[in-house]
Amino acid sequence: MQDFQRAFATALLDPELLPPPGVVSHLSTSPRGRFSVYRNNVMVALTGALEARFPASRRIVGAEFFAAMARAFAASSPPRSPVMMVYGDAFPAFIESFEPAASVPYLADVARLEAARTRAYHAADAEPLARERLVEALQGEAETLCFTLHPSIELVSSSHPIVTIWAMNAGETEVAPIEDWQGEEALVSRPCLDVEVRRLPSGAAGFLEALRGGAPLAAAVATALAATPGFDLAENLVTLLGARLVVGVTRRGRLASHEGTSI
Amino acid sequence: MKDRTPGLPEGVGVGFKPEHFAAIAEAPQPVAFFEVHAENYMGEGGRPHAHLRFLRERYALSFHGVGLSIGSCEPLDRDHLARLRRLCERYEPESFSEHLAWSSHGGTFLDDLLPLPYTEATLAAVARHVDEAQSFLGRRLLLENPATYVRFAQSTIPETAFLAELAKRSGCGLLLDINNVYVSARNHGFDAATYLAEFPLCRVEEIHLAGHFATQDEDGAMLIDAHGSPVVSDVLALYEQVITRAGPLPTLIEWDNDVPEWPLLRAEAATARERLERASLARQTHACGRAAA
Repeated sequence: MQDFQRAFATALLDPELLPPPGVVSHLSTSPRGRFSVYRNNVMVALTGALEARFPASRRIVGAEFFAAMARAFAASSPPRSPVMMVYGDAFPAFIESFEPAASVPYLADVARLEAARTRAYHAADAEPLARERLVEALQGEAETLCFTLHPSIELVSSSHPIVTIWAMNAGETEVAPIEDWQGEEALVSRPCLDVEVRRLPSGAAGFLEALRGGAPLAAAVATALAATPGFDLAENLVTLLGARLVVGVTRRGRLASHEGTSI
Repeated sequence: MKDRTPGLPEGVGVGFKPEHFAAIAEAPQPVAFFEVHAENYMGEGGRPHAHLRFLRERYALSFHGVGLSIGSCEPLDRDHLARLRRLCERYEPESFSEHLAWSSHGGTFLDDLLPLPYTEATLAAVARHVDEAQSFLGRRLLLENPATYVRFAQSTIPETAFLAELAKRSGCGLLLDINNVYVSARNHGFDAATYLAEFPLCRVEEIHLAGHFATQDEDGAMLIDAHGSPVVSDVLALYEQVITRAGPLPTLIEWDNDVPEWPLLRAEAATARERLERASLARQTHACGRAAA
């Protein structure tokens, strides 16, 4: 039993191989056409999962190029888990090293953004803190104020304008030439049911990372300022509020979340 | 083993597709239950679970697994069993079903339902896996007959006898996919009605109906179980024969690819429901006739 499954699985992933011995049909002792139904099912399922998860990347390079790239990835990195929503987490890194895609240097980072969108889509639920509660918390001491950020938050930084490129290829904005080619930091989040993608202001990713790591507001601002001298706190607080990223606030370890504990 | 499986209602259900959610949520639907692929709901939260909560509050639910690889020669994936248990505990579905097939090998998930030889050795191995899964999940499962394209020279047991013996040894129920029977019958040159006559209908707790398409290989015509078109009339006729013999059973319309608009799928369910009612009536009439004679 062990042997037949090993031989069957190996032949499925290698189109050069014949059906393994013992695989028959009522008409043939080596039913290549019948066996290739399984081979085709596997490839269509794996590449189909990538097509569904990376539609903007696919649009950038075209269906045919994407299919070839997806087949190469599926052959070298088939899924390790039956939970297919996680399949393709390693696809962006594969794209980066995929020689034929070298002429599209931003492709891997757009794929990173798309992979992050799926993770955010399936992330745990959490209710964003009401705006007035957050405003109220911000009036206290910044040295002791800590935020619990939404579990869906993903940050993707790139030396290419990936949010602009993604938006154009996801049908969010018109496709147009990009005049000012600058790196962009993407914020992916899902405050309720819909996944949102934003271009972050300068230094925001480091600021959010620090907050997510448990740093109090004042310390997170100091970290951001050290890394990005032009870091604009007001602009970043607007993002924090507008994107509904905060699900709880604490002071020096004392819980003061949206459940109603006072600050 | 403690069985927390109450069973599905004896009507026609539909495979749930997220693109139908808005239409389904608009008004109560004439659907006895909804079935979902368990693996699509193994994320933490978000829209998939919002949909499932909505359905749970209003309809009977069937969880259909496509990733447990119960026919594997390797040990069952305990992490996956744990995910299934968590999902079942979260939603308490009326039924959980899986396939007589394997889909993982050597740590690779192949994402297809692959065939296995039917021998005493595979029977013992699959029975152990079904038993292990049922114990772990604390519920009975239903096992589905596969649609197959190849056979194995070493097979010694007919598929119907294999499934009957599996059910007997493990106590599991069976899910009879009549389209799979039709597809396999055409692909292997056997008679679908004869297969169904030999099928252990007393173990069947759910029926699947789906569409297929015809294609060719070097050996001639074959059918592909594609779930992307209406149920053909031959399959509906076999379904009526099964219901006439077995009585009404929970029946699912599966349509997973090229998914149509909700009204068309609902109409497919209505067609099956007419057949279910007609066959149930014929059975009663037949039974009364027998009683009178």
